Parts: sequence; structure tokens; C-alpha cells
Amino acid sequence: MAGKSIYEEMKENGFTRRGFIKFCSAVAGAIGLNLGSPTAAKSESGKVVRGLHPANLVSRALSSKPRLPVIWLEFQDCCGCSEALTRSQSPTLVDLVLSQITVEYHETLSAAAGFQAEDAKTAAMKKYAGQYVLVVEGSIPPKDGGVYCTIGGKSSLSLLKEAAAGAAAIIATGNCAAFGGIPKAKPNPTGAVGVMDVIRDKPVVNIPGCPAIPEAFTGTVAHFLVFGSLPELDHLHRPKLFYGNTIHDRCLRRPFYEAGKYAASFDDEGARAGWCLNKLGCKGPITYNACASLKWGGGLSFPIQSGHPCLGCSEPNFWDGGGFYQGQSAPLDRPALLTMGAALAAGAVIGAGVAGANTVQKKSARRKQESKNKGG
Amino acid sequence: MATRIVIDPITRIEGHLRIEATVDASNTITKAYSSGTMVRGIEKILKGRDPRDAWAFTQRICGVCTTVHSFASIRSVEDALSIKIPKAANLIRNLMIAQQYVHDHVMHFYHLHALDWVDVVSALQADPAQTSAIQSKISSWPKSSPGYFSDVQKKVRTIVDSGQLSIFTNAYWGHPEYKLPPEVNLLAVTHYLEALDWQKDATKIHTIFGGKNPHPNFVVGGVPLPIDLNSDSALNAERLSLIKDSIDKMITFVDQVYLPDLLAIAPFYLKYGSFGEGLGNFLTWGEFPGEDNSDVSKFLVPRAVILNRDLANVQMPDPRDFAKMQEYVAHSWYGYKGGDQTGLHPWQGETNFNYTGPKPPYELLDVERKYSWLKAPRWAETPMEVGPLARVLAMYARGHKQTRELVNLVLSTLNVPITAVFSTLGRTAARAIETKVFADAMRVYYDDLVAEIKAGHTQTFNGNKWEPLTWPRRAQGFGYMEAPRGALGHWIVIANRKIKNYQIVVPTTWNASPRDHKGQAGAYEASLVGTPLAKPEWPLEVLRTIHSFDPCMACAIHMVDTEGKEVGETATGLSVSFR
Repeated sequence: MAGKSIYEEMKENGFTRRGFIKFCSAVAGAIGLNLGSPTAAKSESGKVVRGLHPANLVSRALSSKPRLPVIWLEFQDCCGCSEALTRSQSPTLVDLVLSQITVEYHETLSAAAGFQAEDAKTAAMKKYAGQYVLVVEGSIPPKDGGVYCTIGGKSSLSLLKEAAAGAAAIIATGNCAAFGGIPKAKPNPTGAVGVMDVIRDKPVVNIPGCPAIPEAFTGTVAHFLVFGSLPELDHLHRPKLFYGNTIHDRCLRRPFYEAGKYAASFDDEGARAGWCLNKLGCKGPITYNACASLKWGGGLSFPIQSGHPCLGCSEPNFWDGGGFYQGQSAPLDRPALLTMGAALAAGAVIGAGVAGANTVQKKSARRKQESKNKGG
Repeated sequence: MATRIVIDPITRIEGHLRIEATVDASNTITKAYSSGTMVRGIEKILKGRDPRDAWAFTQRICGVCTTVHSFASIRSVEDALSIKIPKAANLIRNLMIAQQYVHDHVMHFYHLHALDWVDVVSALQADPAQTSAIQSKISSWPKSSPGYFSDVQKKVRTIVDSGQLSIFTNAYWGHPEYKLPPEVNLLAVTHYLEALDWQKDATKIHTIFGGKNPHPNFVVGGVPLPIDLNSDSALNAERLSLIKDSIDKMITFVDQVYLPDLLAIAPFYLKYGSFGEGLGNFLTWGEFPGEDNSDVSKFLVPRAVILNRDLANVQMPDPRDFAKMQEYVAHSWYGYKGGDQTGLHPWQGETNFNYTGPKPPYELLDVERKYSWLKAPRWAETPMEVGPLARVLAMYARGHKQTRELVNLVLSTLNVPITAVFSTLGRTAARAIETKVFADAMRVYYDDLVAEIKAGHTQTFNGNKWEPLTWPRRAQGFGYMEAPRGALGHWIVIANRKIKNYQIVVPTTWNASPRDHKGQAGAYEASLVGTPLAKPEWPLEVLRTIHSFDPCMACAIHMVDTEGKEVGETATGLSVSFR
């Protein structure tokens, strides 16, 4: 099947040209191309394509490329990022897997499993050397010889290094693969680390989140397919098109924040009216992710809309941020301070904003301070 | 010559699982060993943290049966601090739990388990007109025309012919133990694809109340989303109608697709009604509380212990019983201060890593010593099975009307005796039966919720004990949850407003547990003994039974002789799943 374009493949899978264009629009939407106006972008050859409708641009790209080989590895994970991917609304997982990419190995996605799958993986690593995308879900525990996560009797670090060697690019999906996630939370019993910490000679794209927003993952893959390159990344290797703004920047409760209206408790008058959740510990101001714009479940909701403060799950060390209901707490340990940089500064400004309101909670203030000092 | 089969990785809900089994000269399994090969130490990570945050940490144990650890966690804190949640909050939680069951069980049946019984390649030989006739006969599901099935068949043919895609390649297609006619295979493959699409929208209740799925948000003392019919930021008429619509669609799929498919496929596999159970001991913590979270007598699923299949003498277990609820580590990579023969109640539980296994990469585990990252939980020093079969038996024994009717319907349709429920087939049927019971229960919870709102009872959060200053200096609690895979318990000890100890006993710890201090096998290990293998290099039968417990698994099998030398390699290809 080598050499067949994605469009040809999709046609064989029962897609009409019309369906194909519709699909391209969805891809264009997912990767943030403005559907309303023509755009300019670099084509595969590097020539600037002007005045092309975004859907057509996607369509042109997919019509001329064979499918992207993908190898997917799971380590210290909960399967939540894979599970989330099955709920991707556009492109859907079925669209993606049937039409755009060819999944050569996925522990739980491919019918071929176990040793046959291991063989398929080895074969794919050879056949597509330097061309495949390696996706990693879950953290890696190199401590104590890797005994805390073995697959087929092999340590996760050795499996990762083996697969990374021939990868064109690596996508670390979810907070665990990106930054170590929950296994790395203090005291990090298994010595867990993220992909970036152990693979330094390959481009690594992080799609953090707990789980990662499925459309952020499929959109990044679509970007790679359409433009043949990775999207622009921020200092934490996150695609700017999904992680360029904080949740707070796009939050539907933002006007209440500006007006100084805060819910003081769950189910109080402010909570019912949709006021800002800052005082309940919302980490939206220091969290770069697309929850507030892409939302979850096909635009149905996202945590803040559903009345719960943001946990900050796309940031490094968010598990050690001092408590999910502690207003304005941010990771206090040194590496976290460094990585959170500007985000922390934004948080500090907001902290000043609500400082007055917080003083009403005098009763618990001392207790909170104590727990913060403890290094919570 | 005894042959050792190694199945690794079998990924399970928390990570990675390995099974080693010994097969005798007649190709029957004589011994099986179950080993967990991944650990993250979440119990250790929880120490010293705010108990109100624990739900978020524990939820990340599993992203497949997401929510279950959150429920157990917030209930453990509410139990410890004597927090009573408002009635509306309890109804919302029940709706979320029931949705979890329906979504998870349907996905398990079609995407994890079905291909153990359904030969995808055989579906290519089917006559779509006959498949259409079967579909029309077994249910009123509208997607039933010959043209529809023909289209699906073409799609599958393209995939299989291309040899590039994929999810259907390299499995055991053509194994002699596949018994379905091509037309039924085509029916099941079609519904495999439909279910994948259906499930995307079967998580709406979680997204509305928790903001996302997987891993929706929770709060100790109630639910995060308030009720206000006049607010665009709360549960209002628009959100309620979305929920009602979602419930209707879930029930329709269960009634018209899942249950009819089970009854259409099962008659070809009645043999599996005679083995694959194993222990004969069952445990449930119970689920779906009425108004009072702690009033066990009002649970829809009772809290029950059944010993030796004796449904006439069902006992009520007390999770606070220090002498009976214990975990052992004799064959687990942990150490207890009191030694390997000791059992510890979870409130006194210890999580001290003590890896004594082989250095990776390795071929075989030393099963005579420690061989798993799972502890061995026991009830009164007895290994127990947990999960759908345990729950259906508990409801049946208590005389739950709908459960009895459904069990009798399945037995009479298949023309098998009641003893057939104690088997691989029984476990798979029990999962479908309880899905129907819980799906229908959603309508009741929804109606009750609307009635509460009409009556003006819209409180969703009890904040009386929110501030840590209101807590006692020391408290301990138990949080129950009947997760889709079985009884889940969280035991928390709070001291000085922080978590002092946190122990989690998950369904798969019960079912996949290694041997204990007395050498007693766990549920998986026991269920496999006596299983005949038609083609031992393709041990389809092992996977049918292990999958009937619903671990999330993808398996690798290679056979080695007892000296540890490899004699061949095969793949299972049975766990086509999207989890």
C-alpha cells in the first residue's frame, strides 16, 4: 500500500470526496486554521501557498501524502490519555486510525498483541526508520534498575530508548509522559521522570493534561500531516496553538473576576450565578491549556464551567502545588518555580487582586499558612 | 512435559499484568500465576496531603474505569468526618456511577471481549441479507438493512485486504474454537464499530457534572455543579434535557444491541458455562445508596459475602473488621514490619517496597517466592472473586426482582441450569444483566432528581466540615465503591488534618492477586486451572476467561519449557481494544 495517498485510502474506506472535504475542514478546525478566510502557509516544498481556503489546504496536503506510521508505548500510565482519544470529536479516532495514520504498535489498540505486536514493532522500526512518530503515554521509572515498570520482562527505559532511536519525532501525551505526572509527585517513590528527561537527542512534543485534551493530540498529529513539520512549541515543548493562552485568558467566568465577584463556597450564591472560582483554589490563571476554548465532549463543558476549580493539570508538578483548594498556591519547589516562570508571575498579580477578599477567612488563614510553610 | 506459558504484558486497569501458567500433557492448565509488573506508589504519595485532595490522586489510578477511585475516596473522607451529603448530590452521584457502568461494560463487551468470540475475518464470508434477517429477528434496532451490513463488510474487507491497517490483523482468526457462523460474526463486527461511535456520547453525564471525561472533578461533601434553573452556569433545564436524552440513548443501545447480541452469541459457546469460575467465593461492598450514604440496607447492590456458592447463606461483611479484612504480602514485592506471615487490616496497612524478583530483562518469575506488585487481599483468610458475577449473585440472592427475571430469562433462553452462572459464560452474562439493571435505574435517579428540584431541594454541597479546623484531631474512614470490575475499598486515616495512612484495595487486587501466606491462589489463578486448550500455542481459552473478569489487557505469549528455554512464540491478538 506504500505510496497511496491519504485521500485514496479514505476513498477505499468509503469516504466520498464531499466527506473528505468535510473531514479536512474538521482537521483544519482542530489545528486552528481559520476557516472563514483564506490563509497563507508554506507547502511541503517550502513554497508559500497563498489565498487557499484552509480546508483545501488540508485537502491538498492529505491528498498527496502516504499515511504516517505511529508507534505508541505505554509505561507508568492509567490509560486515560488513550481512553480520552477514543472520545476525540474531530478528527475522531476512527477517522484518524482508518485514514490518516497507520498505527504499527499500540499495546491496547492494535489487534496484534504481544509477541506478534513486538515483532510488528521491530519490523516497523526498521521499515520506517527515521520516519515514524513515537507516542509515549505514562512516565518512566529508571530507579533501581527499572523494576517498577517492566513489560515483557524489559524495563520501560530500555523500551523507550530502543523506540526513540529511529523516531522522526516523539509526542509525549499526558502530564506523566511530558513531566512525570502523578508518579513523580512527592516523594516520587519510583523515581519517575518524563520523556524529555531521558531522551535529549530527538524533538519531543509535549501534550500535557490529565488526561491530554484529545483534540490537542489529534490536532498536533494533523498539523504534522498537513505541514510536514511540528507546530511551534513553547519553552515546555507544548504546541502554542493549544497551550498559548492560560485557561484564565479564555475563561467564561473571566468577566466576574474582572468585576471582583467570587464564589466563596461550592453551591453558594456566587457559585450558582457562575462567578469566578479563584477563591476556591482555581489554577486557571497559571495553567496553559485549551480547556476553556476547545472544551470537552464536543464543546459540552470543562471543569470550571462545571463548577470545579481548575487543577492546573497541564503544568509541571501540579500535584505538588500546595492543595487544589488553596487559593493562589503554586508549586514551591525550585524546579517548579523555574519551569513555571511567567505563569507564576501572572498568578502573583492575581493573588494581590483577591488578597482583600481572602482576609475574610481569618479563621483558617493561620492554619493555611502553617501548611504552606510545611512545604505542602 | 509440563510447559510454561507466559502472557506478558497483560495491561490491567492500573497498569501491566503478567500471567504464567503450567500446562500438562493433555493441554490442560494445572497451575497459573498472576503478577502485576508496574507500581507507582500512589499510597505513599498520598501521605501528608489534604484529605480533600485525595480523590484527584486516586482517580489517576485508572483512566478506563475513571471516577471509581474518586467516589471511594470522597466517601472515605465523608465517612471519617461524618459528612452527610444532600439528597440531590447523592442522586447526581448515582447517575454518574450508573453511566460509568453502562459506558464501561458496553465498551468491554465490544472492544475488549467480543473478539475472543467473534472472528472478524469470517465476517467477510457472510451473506449480508442473512445478517439483516438475524438482526431483524433479535431486536428492533433500526440499522438492519442488507445494504447497511454489506457496506460494513466492504469496509472490513478493504481494511483486511490492505494489510496496512491494522487493528484487525495478526489475531487468531481461524482458530478452531471460533464457533459463530459468518453472519453472526458480521453482526458483531458491525456493532463493534457502532459501539465505538456510540461511546463518545455516552459520557455526557460525566462531562456535564465533572467538566470532562476521563477524570471528571469531584468534591468532598457533595458535587461541584450547583442546581439553579435560572442560571446558565448551573444544572438547569437545558442540561437536564441533555442528560435525559443521553440516558434514553444509553438504554436503547443496551436493550436493542448489547443484550440481544449477548443472547445471539452465547448459544454457540455453552461449553463456557461449565468452567472458568474458580473460587466460588464472592464479595461486594454494595452500591447505589439511597438517601443516606451509610445506610447499607438501602443499597441497590447489597454488601455481601457468598462462600462456596451458597446463595442461601449470604453474610454482610464489615470492612471495619480488623480480624477479617486483611492484606498479605507473602508472595508480593512488599515487606511488613511484622513479617511475611502477617495480615494487616488496611487502616494499619503498610506499603514498603521490597523487590526480590529477577533483574530485567528476565524470562521467568520465581513463583515460589515473591512475584507480584499486587498484595493479596483476603476476607477471613479466604480469597474472593469480585465483579459483575458477585453483584448479580448478591442481588439475586436478596431477591431483587428485575435481576431474578433477567437471570431466569438468560438461563431459559440458553436452556442451561443455574449452576452455569458459576463460569466464564456466567460472568460475561452477569455483566450484561447488571448493565440493564443499572441503565434502567438511571431513569429512576433522573426522575427523583427532577422531583427534588421541583420540591425546591436544590442543595448540592454540605460545607459544614469543609474547613479543616472543624475536624477532629484523628479520624478514620472507609469508602466503598462497586467499580465496574468489582468491589473497591479505600481506607483513610486522618491525623492532624492530614492523611496519615491511605490504603486502596482495588477489584483487580482481589481478582488478580498472587498467592497468600497459606499458598491460596487468587481468582484469576484459580479460574484458569482445569481449562482445556485446543491449541496451546494459541491459548484463546485463557484469554476468554481472563477477559471475562475485564482487566484491560493486551497480551504477549511465548512458550518456554520448564527449563526456561523458548520453544516458540505466538501472539494473542485478542484484546483489540481502545482502552
